[in-house]
Amino acid sequence: MASITLNALAHTYTDNPTKPEDYAIREMSHVWEQGGAFALLGPSGCGKSTLLNIISGLLKPSNGEVLFDGKRVNELKPEERNIAQVFQFPVVYDTMTVFDNLAFPLRNIGVPEYKVKSKVYEVAEILELSDQLKRKAKGLSADQKQKVSMGRGLVRDDVSAILFDEPLTVIDPQLKWKLRRKLKQIHEQFNITMVYVTHDQLEASTFADKIAVMYNGQIVQFGTPRELFEKPAHTFVGYFIGSPGMNFFEAELKSQDEKAALMFGDHKISVSEAMLTRLKAMGANKVTLGIRPEFVHVWDGKNDDAFSVDVDYVEDLGTYKILSFMFHGKMMKARLSEDQKVPSGQIYVSFPEQWTKVYVNEYLVDVDGQADTADQNKETDHAN
Amino acid sequence: MQTKVENNKAWFLVMPVFLIVAFSAIIPLMTVVNYSVQDIFDPYTRYFVGTEWFKQVMLDSRLHEALLRQFIYSFTILIIEVPLGICVALMMPTKGRGASLALILVAIPLLIPWNVVGTIWQIFGRADIGLFGAFMSGIGVDYNYASNPTDAWLTVVLMDVWHWTPLVALLCYSGLRAIPEVYYQAARIDQASRWAVFRYIQLPKLTNVLIIGVLLRFMDSFMIYTEPFVLTGGGPGSSTTFLSQALVQQAIGQFDLGPAAAFSLVYFLIILLVCWVFYTTIMNMQKDK
Repeated sequence: MASITLNALAHTYTDNPTKPEDYAIREMSHVWEQGGAFALLGPSGCGKSTLLNIISGLLKPSNGEVLFDGKRVNELKPEERNIAQVFQFPVVYDTMTVFDNLAFPLRNIGVPEYKVKSKVYEVAEILELSDQLKRKAKGLSADQKQKVSMGRGLVRDDVSAILFDEPLTVIDPQLKWKLRRKLKQIHEQFNITMVYVTHDQLEASTFADKIAVMYNGQIVQFGTPRELFEKPAHTFVGYFIGSPGMNFFEAELKSQDEKAALMFGDHKISVSEAMLTRLKAMGANKVTLGIRPEFVHVWDGKNDDAFSVDVDYVEDLGTYKILSFMFHGKMMKARLSEDQKVPSGQIYVSFPEQWTKVYVNEYLVDVDGQADTADQNKETDHAN
Repeated sequence: MQTKVENNKAWFLVMPVFLIVAFSAIIPLMTVVNYSVQDIFDPYTRYFVGTEWFKQVMLDSRLHEALLRQFIYSFTILIIEVPLGICVALMMPTKGRGASLALILVAIPLLIPWNVVGTIWQIFGRADIGLFGAFMSGIGVDYNYASNPTDAWLTVVLMDVWHWTPLVALLCYSGLRAIPEVYYQAARIDQASRWAVFRYIQLPKLTNVLIIGVLLRFMDSFMIYTEPFVLTGGGPGSSTTFLSQALVQQAIGQFDLGPAAAFSLVYFLIILLVCWVFYTTIMNMQKDK
């Protein structure tokens, strides 16, 4: 059990990297605290697996260091790091029985046989493999094989961390849910640091206490599922988390006789005074505004303070409806609550100030929080 | 009720296959069967002798010796070539220019015609002009494959190992390349030893190519003719006379076509039987218990 610190870590697969795009992992620092259940969420090819393999030692990072409990482990091989990793596709030792498969990591480190037995039975019980223990692993189905490879990750309870690399890809949806619960239980029981890589936001938020969203080789936000939803620190997080993703539109900062305002065409977008002051101070003229479909307010009747827009179509997703409308040439979406009547033709929408997020250079400008991600990342952008 | 429509025209569609198989296998084989049960003096004078030739062949001590020799020989080269081939495959580089170079170097012996292989070793092993022979006498070993049966055996085995280990190595190499990287990664995470990686990942994944390799090598070595014929001519005495050579001596040397045909059939059945037993055993071993 350990906390995992990534210090100024970067990785490239090319020999002579010149531009930031050459890096699979762009310089980053990050801490996974001891005992947490974390998810690493991002689209395919964003560097999630690379990052995981660097933590486990299967890959050597080009720059920076990996620390377990403050101790540098860069030079340690995976077998010396005492870490467990479960891969996307099941890996079983064909010629061994299920029991021997589960016992393999323990026997390799010389655990006495009676302990091996009790531990294997315990893990097999959790994963519901008890009646398969005597079978050869070769004859198992794909999801049983994956349970076996997960089991091999779980038998050692002294590991620094367990890393999961999209472990449930090959598993049926029904069982997926169950196994995720199981993992969560195991986490609560043993208090082992777990990092779970996935591209499925639902999977990430049901498993993890905190989610790191990765985009283009960088962790763009690390927070609880709620934080990711309510306060996306990067436009990508807004777009990637939520279904459908955040609505974005461009606005300009214009000054009219001492007073500044955010304008979308001729329309004024209401944001706080503090925000306007900040934007002015930053010297940002063009900003991106983001609002989640859940927070777009759709008025039932005519409202003079709201924008008048045309309904394009309504999708009925069973428990709720998604309204698509044209906001001055820009397609946007709003989520209608169950009891709301379905509007058509011309309707009135407004964007509550509290939920209208402002982004400069893709990063959130935050005036009420501590984090000022836009400023910080400007610096690292230059560094890169 | 619908009555079944008989359509005999469909048989014409399998005719080509039937013809090809007939010409390639059945007719030649039947010719041999024909000879094995008759005593033929000339095309018009022949007598049906039943199992006479088979009895004679089965009781021929010369053939018994050749058969025993043949089994020892095939067994010896398998015992050497299979582990050696695996070792070579494990040591071959996997990436870059070294990999291509190693592949070419390893494959060279396979490109040489059989009788040339025999000739190469015949010269190579000679004490007066051959490198190997000269080396052996240089280190004080009285080596002469033409007069000493042990030396003859050693040379024939060495020649086969040199010629055919590359085949096993290449098969294993392709088998090893087909193992996904993630298996090795998982083994490292599980803190498996090098031996455990070989025993539980590489060897199981090599089973299929090894079955092919062993079957090919068994059949080929069991039928070996050209190389020993060129190298030792079956001698000294009959110490390196294997089944094929004994057969040729009988069929062409003595022109005993009847016994030779019976012998051929028995020979064929032995190969078939051994392969079948081997294959069935391996397949049963692999079954889920």
